[in-house]
Amino acid sequence: MIEALADWLIYGLAGFSETTHWGDALHFFVYETVKIGLLLVVVTHLMGAINAYFPVERVRALISSGKLRGSEHLAASLFGAVTPFCSCSSIPLFIGFLQGGIPLGVTLSFLITSPLVNEVALALFIGLFGWKVTLIYAVSGILLGTVLGWGLGKLRLGRFVKEWVLEMAQSQEASEGPERRSFREQWPSISREAMEIVSGIAPYVGAGLAVGAAIHGFVPTGFFETYLSGSNPLGVPMSVALAVPMYAGASSVLPIVQALVAKGVPLGTAIAFMMAVVGLSLPEALMLKKVMQTRLLAIFFGSVGVSIVALGYLFNWVL
Amino acid sequence: MEIKVLSTTHCNCQSLENRVQQIVDAAGLDASVEKVEDLKEIMSYDVMSTPALVVDGEVKVAGRSPSIEEISELLNAS
Repeated sequence: MIEALADWLIYGLAGFSETTHWGDALHFFVYETVKIGLLLVVVTHLMGAINAYFPVERVRALISSGKLRGSEHLAASLFGAVTPFCSCSSIPLFIGFLQGGIPLGVTLSFLITSPLVNEVALALFIGLFGWKVTLIYAVSGILLGTVLGWGLGKLRLGRFVKEWVLEMAQSQEASEGPERRSFREQWPSISREAMEIVSGIAPYVGAGLAVGAAIHGFVPTGFFETYLSGSNPLGVPMSVALAVPMYAGASSVLPIVQALVAKGVPLGTAIAFMMAVVGLSLPEALMLKKVMQTRLLAIFFGSVGVSIVALGYLFNWVL
Repeated sequence: MEIKVLSTTHCNCQSLENRVQQIVDAAGLDASVEKVEDLKEIMSYDVMSTPALVVDGEVKVAGRSPSIEEISELLNAS
């Protein structure tokens, strides 16, 4: 249906030919913008609704209750995936989890997955790469958080948390959080917040799609194979390093990456790049520096970075 | 009444503070509105997600930005 709309608008109404660069690029832009716009609205509402059932206070109570019997890391990672992420809430979350008696490793599981698997990234992945790649991305992100949090938990890194945080975690008692409202009462604000997220990122997604459309229309197929192909052994780490400063534009970057994949960049390299863009963000590192000693921060980001590179190689090999 | 809006930078918190101030002004409530950005103070309320609304020391809303109607309801009830 969206395809028909784009056909009618570009080839019919505007009179572009399907075979020209401009026709190709504009058709791609209209089609992807409408499709991704709709997906963003649906996915942000869905995640908002899930989150209304699992507010962080409830998640914390469940994880620290001891009822999960060893699956705490997986649970924290899953909850991280459905919690809308904002780098500014990573610190209150970090301290709040420690206050609730949750071990550092489990807290790190949550912190790793939370930015990696978020509603905006998922909507864009579904729209640009389809369900299969989205599923691979989400599952590997959740597993990455689970396994790394578990491994880091074994290293007894608690001593590298800043002192004031530890003091606070000991002196404070965990509360149950504010009174909860019924889903029906919450829905209007869930919807409003979802639309705020969508309209906030819309210009960035649009800009990214415009660049992506230009690449689609004008860059010859296979162009990047020469430069960024699977045969270049440093392709994955290079793209991960390139991704770290790009956090602000995560929603612009994904459409561009999709266009690059269409022109020959290996999919695994692209997935690793995207994981690094959202998972290794400088703003988050700066925030976490307030609660973690540099050593812990370096271990945390270093291990996430190395794992992402490893995943990139794995996907290039398997996919 | 003592109202505090707990927020961390570059979140959606600015709009909450403005909304609260608007309601207080419009209803002529005898209330002080204060914006709290200090992490330690925010954590002393055991709030794990911002923005949060604290009225007379009690956390009313955390992790979302409530609508004008909901805020007025909360303030009128206190």
